[in-house]
Amino acid sequence: MDNQRRKFLKIAGASALAGIGAPTLVKLTAGDALAAAKAPADGHGAAAKDHGPEVPAGIRLAMVIDMRVIAAKPHLLDKAITACNEVHNIPDFGGDRKNEIKWLWKASFEAVLTDKSYTRLSKMVQNTDFPVLCNHCENPPCVRACPTKATFKLEKNGIVAMDYHRCIGCRFCMAACPYGARSFNWQDPRPFVKKYNNDFPTRMRGVVEKCNFCSERLALGQEPACVEACEGAITFGDINDPHSEISKVLDKEFTIQRKPTLGTNPSVFYIV
Amino acid sequence: MIEKTLKGKPAYWIWLAFLGMFMAVGAVCYARQYLFGLGMTGMSRDVSWGLYISQFTFLVGVAAGGVMLVLPYYIHNFKVFGRITILGEFLAIAAIVMCLLFIMADLGQPLRALNVVLHPTPNSMLFYDMIVLNGYLFLNILCGWVILTAERKQVKPPKWIYFFVYLSIPFAVSIHTVTAMLYCGLPGRHFWLSAIIAPRFLASAFAAGPALIVLISLILKRVANFDAGKEAVNKLVTIMIYSAMLNLFFIGLEFFVGYYSGVPGHKHALQYLFFGLEHHGHVYNNLVPFMWTSIIFMIGSIAMLATPAIRKGNEFILGLACLMLFTGLWIDKGLGFVFAGFIPNPLHEITEYIPTANELGVTIGIWATGFFILTLLYKIAVSVEHEIEE
Ligand code: SF4
Ligand code: SF4
Ligand code: SF4
Repeated sequence: MDNQRRKFLKIAGASALAGIGAPTLVKLTAGDALAAAKAPADGHGAAAKDHGPEVPAGIRLAMVIDMRVIAAKPHLLDKAITACNEVHNIPDFGGDRKNEIKWLWKASFEAVLTDKSYTRLSKMVQNTDFPVLCNHCENPPCVRACPTKATFKLEKNGIVAMDYHRCIGCRFCMAACPYGARSFNWQDPRPFVKKYNNDFPTRMRGVVEKCNFCSERLALGQEPACVEACEGAITFGDINDPHSEISKVLDKEFTIQRKPTLGTNPSVFYIV
Repeated sequence: MIEKTLKGKPAYWIWLAFLGMFMAVGAVCYARQYLFGLGMTGMSRDVSWGLYISQFTFLVGVAAGGVMLVLPYYIHNFKVFGRITILGEFLAIAAIVMCLLFIMADLGQPLRALNVVLHPTPNSMLFYDMIVLNGYLFLNILCGWVILTAERKQVKPPKWIYFFVYLSIPFAVSIHTVTAMLYCGLPGRHFWLSAIIAPRFLASAFAAGPALIVLISLILKRVANFDAGKEAVNKLVTIMIYSAMLNLFFIGLEFFVGYYSGVPGHKHALQYLFFGLEHHGHVYNNLVPFMWTSIIFMIGSIAMLATPAIRKGNEFILGLACLMLFTGLWIDKGLGFVFAGFIPNPLHEITEYIPTANELGVTIGIWATGFFILTLLYKIAVSVEHEIEE
């Protein structure tokens, strides 16, 4: 069984190695993700579990955000936010805090990394806005809380996804998410969508939504819109694959996650 | 027995019409909310639960409080509760109906509510809450009805019903425990992430439920010639005093943990509730006057209830003390507990919550519906009592 697992990892690694340009890399990773959906049925998924949680099983998509790049070129973050908003038909309520829908937005270091020390912050950190989005937690409290499975984790790639047609709008997931990553449609969002993207559904009022790691783009072999827009500031890929680009970045750089003490194990990493 | 609700003095009809008026207001407000969306409320991205969920939480307690009559009567054979146990069971029915209405009012997509049943999700506490709430509602309807019918025929209730009566006792505890677990299992909401929430909920429930029952039985004595009996009332008052003191004790423990440990997450919500929380030069303190009113009401009413001269001598003062205690507990759990959980938000920003008029309309409408149902049920219970006496 161990053998089988190793073979699987090799496949995942090989395909990642084959793709050198970022889009190809993601394409193969996403393709792998689909293949991996069947893999646990072979039995090796269960075997991997028996060996403890350290053994990576399957694909786990993640993101590393390099704040050094964003600090040097803050406009990249604005570009990424605009890209996400346009691709996903996110309504614009003109800064109204009550109604706002946010998948990707910016906030200060103190707000984003609340449990880090901020007695004395470097100038760079003080003057730079940090991107905030859903962490696609490995152990997501939102999924645990949802009474209808309208929020669920895709075992094939680790993405925490949503079904807008099943969501009853109880907002239990919003109370459960320790990262404020979720937004609720307090009213019909459609009149507030500035530019329609016909390739992505709009939402109805009364449901929750959040960043979906661009699942729809991954399926087409494209990388997430924000990753594409911010020219290298964000690395995206499978962290369970030791040869992926993102694994190499994680091996090299010291990274931090938001609120690691809560046991959610976020899949969004920051290099500060 | 339902025909009993159709005969009554003018005061009875005026009271029902009065409640009906608020129900109509509530219905109109809900229709507006239904057509526009929950944006009609004061809730926001940061404070994503408001009055509806907080009323739900409080009323689960009122429903569970009924067990403080059922348990002594059926388990300890405490005979003096004989006349009023039915009041506890019927109060539980009305309270649970209000809970379910508040949940429905709070859903963004109410037509999909059945998804909770169609896609049962055992890892969600809401799934268990649905089971125990509906189970408790069913048990109380069943037990109340069967026992009242037997009483009317002046025969002993059938033996099998006792199984359900006993079953309703753990159910009463479970509804409030599971409701506490909706909150206390959420990482990152420090105010709620406390193992004492469930016991605190139960303590406040066992004070609020009996307080309402004593208040109602004082009213029934005047308007319906139904006397619960001095001894029964005294016993309930004792239960209320101990439960309310336990609740205060638990609140005190929360304060100790927060302020002695100095851990900001444990302190912030308490600071916000009782003193006002400063953030970027602005002090947020909307709830401060409410919380101190609550504390004064709770301590004041306990003092009044615990003084024999005051309690025994004057029914008006007894009623006032019960009303104060009920209101104090309502502010504590039915306002502060839920709202403060969202302060500060996960990014340590503060958004305050102020309900809108429309939201208040829906809330009052649901309370009126609950009291409407309660009035009909109590009318039946009291009429049956009178029938037996004749
Ligand atoms: S960040 Fe929040 S919404 Fe995203 S997976 Fe984690 S708990 Fe769920
Ligand atoms: S609001 Fe929707 S996604 Fe969130 S917990 Fe409720 S049903 Fe699930
Ligand atoms: S991954 Fe996609 S959905 Fe998520 S923030 Fe980036 S662009 Fe938006």
